[in-house]
Amino acid sequence: MAQMNLLHAINNALDIAMAENDRTVCFGEDVGHFGGVFRATSGLQDKYGKTRCFNTPLVEQGIIGFANGLAAQGSVAIAEIQFADYIFPAFDQIVNESAKFRYRSGNEFDVGKLTIRTPYGGGIAGGLYHSQSPEAYFAHTPGLKIVVPRNPYQAKGLLLASIRDDNPVVFFEPKRLYRASVGEVPEEDYQLPLGKAEVVQEGSDITLLAWGAQMEINEKAAELAANDGISCEVVDLRTILPWDIETVCQSVMKTGRLLVSQEAPLTAGFASEIAATVQSECFLHLESPIARVCGLDTPYPLALEKEYISDHLKVYEAIKASVNY
Amino acid sequence: MTTEKSPEIPSELYKQGPVVHQPVFIDGSSVEIPELKILHQDGTIYPDADMPEIDEAHAIKIYKTLAFHRVLDERMVASQRQGRLSFYMAALGEEAASVGGAAGLEPQDMIMTQYREQGALMYRGFSLENFMNQLFSNEKDLGKGRQMPIHYGSKALNYLTVSSPLGTQIPQATGYAYGQKVQGIDAVTMCYFGEGAASEGDFHAGLNMAAVQEAPVIFFCRNNGYAISTPADEQFKGNGIASRGVGYGIKTIRVDGNDILAVLKATQIARAYALEENAPVLIEAMSYRLGAHSTSDDPSGYRTREEEEKWQANDPILRMKNWILAQGWWDEEQDNTLFEGLREEVLAAVKVSEKINKPHIDTLITDVYDEPTSQLKAQLEEVKAHVNKYPEAYPFTAGKF
Repeated sequence: MAQMNLLHAINNALDIAMAENDRTVCFGEDVGHFGGVFRATSGLQDKYGKTRCFNTPLVEQGIIGFANGLAAQGSVAIAEIQFADYIFPAFDQIVNESAKFRYRSGNEFDVGKLTIRTPYGGGIAGGLYHSQSPEAYFAHTPGLKIVVPRNPYQAKGLLLASIRDDNPVVFFEPKRLYRASVGEVPEEDYQLPLGKAEVVQEGSDITLLAWGAQMEINEKAAELAANDGISCEVVDLRTILPWDIETVCQSVMKTGRLLVSQEAPLTAGFASEIAATVQSECFLHLESPIARVCGLDTPYPLALEKEYISDHLKVYEAIKASVNY
Repeated sequence: MTTEKSPEIPSELYKQGPVVHQPVFIDGSSVEIPELKILHQDGTIYPDADMPEIDEAHAIKIYKTLAFHRVLDERMVASQRQGRLSFYMAALGEEAASVGGAAGLEPQDMIMTQYREQGALMYRGFSLENFMNQLFSNEKDLGKGRQMPIHYGSKALNYLTVSSPLGTQIPQATGYAYGQKVQGIDAVTMCYFGEGAASEGDFHAGLNMAAVQEAPVIFFCRNNGYAISTPADEQFKGNGIASRGVGYGIKTIRVDGNDILAVLKATQIARAYALEENAPVLIEAMSYRLGAHSTSDDPSGYRTREEEEKWQANDPILRMKNWILAQGWWDEEQDNTLFEGLREEVLAAVKVSEKINKPHIDTLITDVYDEPTSQLKAQLEEVKAHVNKYPEAYPFTAGKF
């Protein structure tokens, strides 16, 4: 096994996907010779040629419109949106086109071979427009799959599964962890299942649920809580749509408590959807109200980023409040 | 004025003009846009016209498609007025654009449309039954009764299913054509849209990317003068849509959209160029939407009878008929037989399709994903239990599962 950071793991997954199928095409802003502003597509143009890995003009709605057509044609389309903050010009192409392509045509046509990669999230002093976590907008759209990895091993296995899945997938990459998260990653091909949450650490007092970069926040808070004798079960949702209700509810029925943390603002975030479902499925098992530890309902700040974000200390406090309810 | 060149500007991109020392504006009138016309309204050919490739059999197939189009539109607008159909969109007066365009393509070429190009699908051979089943959203509709009338689509006929959002097909056509090129397929993508949809951002995105990414796609603008009630002069100030092609570095041609031979010729040369050069082409077909935008629209609120009458004199179907009559390929008796036969066929088909069941309740959740998720299955079971409890409120599905 090799040591890889999260970027290397993604680059490695893309390399495998392009090598196995000459219909696989990677594109986006600065994705070509330069290898992307974060270097996720580094070396791919040299290896597979300019026809299969290339720069596009600066036009997000065009990138995804192009990707929809390319995927409908039968190519494996892997489009990069440089920052998730800039995905909104493509919102119509994703929500009205990618997500509905199969349904509206009665399965005459589909864009199952489409994967949209985009870096999301804060903690990098990026301010309003390089920090957002827009997953909940897309979670409201039947027809999409939404995947968020927490570390390099997960990133490679989930990205390969997303590329090969026969549905359009939006793959959110936690950019704060691109270089910060390093771990053992097999060099060979493997996949991790979509639509399956993972119990990362077993516990008995409370379930801590998150996805992506927020996972290490919850793990750190669980360590603090352990010092107080609180046993946390740490769960990674991994796929936001369709989400693994069964694994989450099994955990909550065991622990009797649930805390969901997310980087995105509180109101109408995906944590709210989880809370609604869990209270309905696990009502008689709950020992305390479901806690949501989220960003404030403000645009993402810059100077006061630390105050805004749902960090390990806020999660730790919420764990204690839940257990002592 | 001198011919001195600035060394720092890459001339292959900027095609330098003269250097001047007094400021000079350029504008739309700097580019003169010719309009191709081959056929007079009386069926004669302009003396120096360059004819498209067309023989008798091809001409008769095109004419029969135009006739079918006219009859289907008339009958379905009438059916909507009778309350048998919820909605319809006719293409009265601009049928030559969609039919002539499709006639200039090969069957393997993909066609992507806005919504008023049913003529292209008719040319490809979509059956009357298929049209009807879509219009009545019954269980035999290829689209499984999920979209409003006129949202046709057929994988077998390489005709992408229509989607209501305007212009979304434009960058998709670029991507589709790019895939055809990468895989070395002898095919192009034809992308239809109206002059109103060309105001959408997707128009800019699709054309610019097609030029830069070198995609063999034909952008076919049906400039029919109106976007619902908004006339073209409230949609843009430039010289139509063709002037924009120049800015994107795309080979562009403007044609008389009511001249079936001009449309056919332009499409034939566009296809050859797109394939040979791996590059896009823009065609702007000048026409007029003689009918309403849809059955929910009434044009008398925004335009005059006099304006419409001018264009009625330009009927593209009558123009083609005059030509094939002059060629000796057609006569009035054949014409009457054709139109009468089509009217009867369409009426009979309405009576069949409107009685066919609505889609099965299980199709509520299929095709959202490749396989229904467990959440969707659970939601369907809840709906079924509810329908069984109140069957009289859900007559389409009650007792049928």
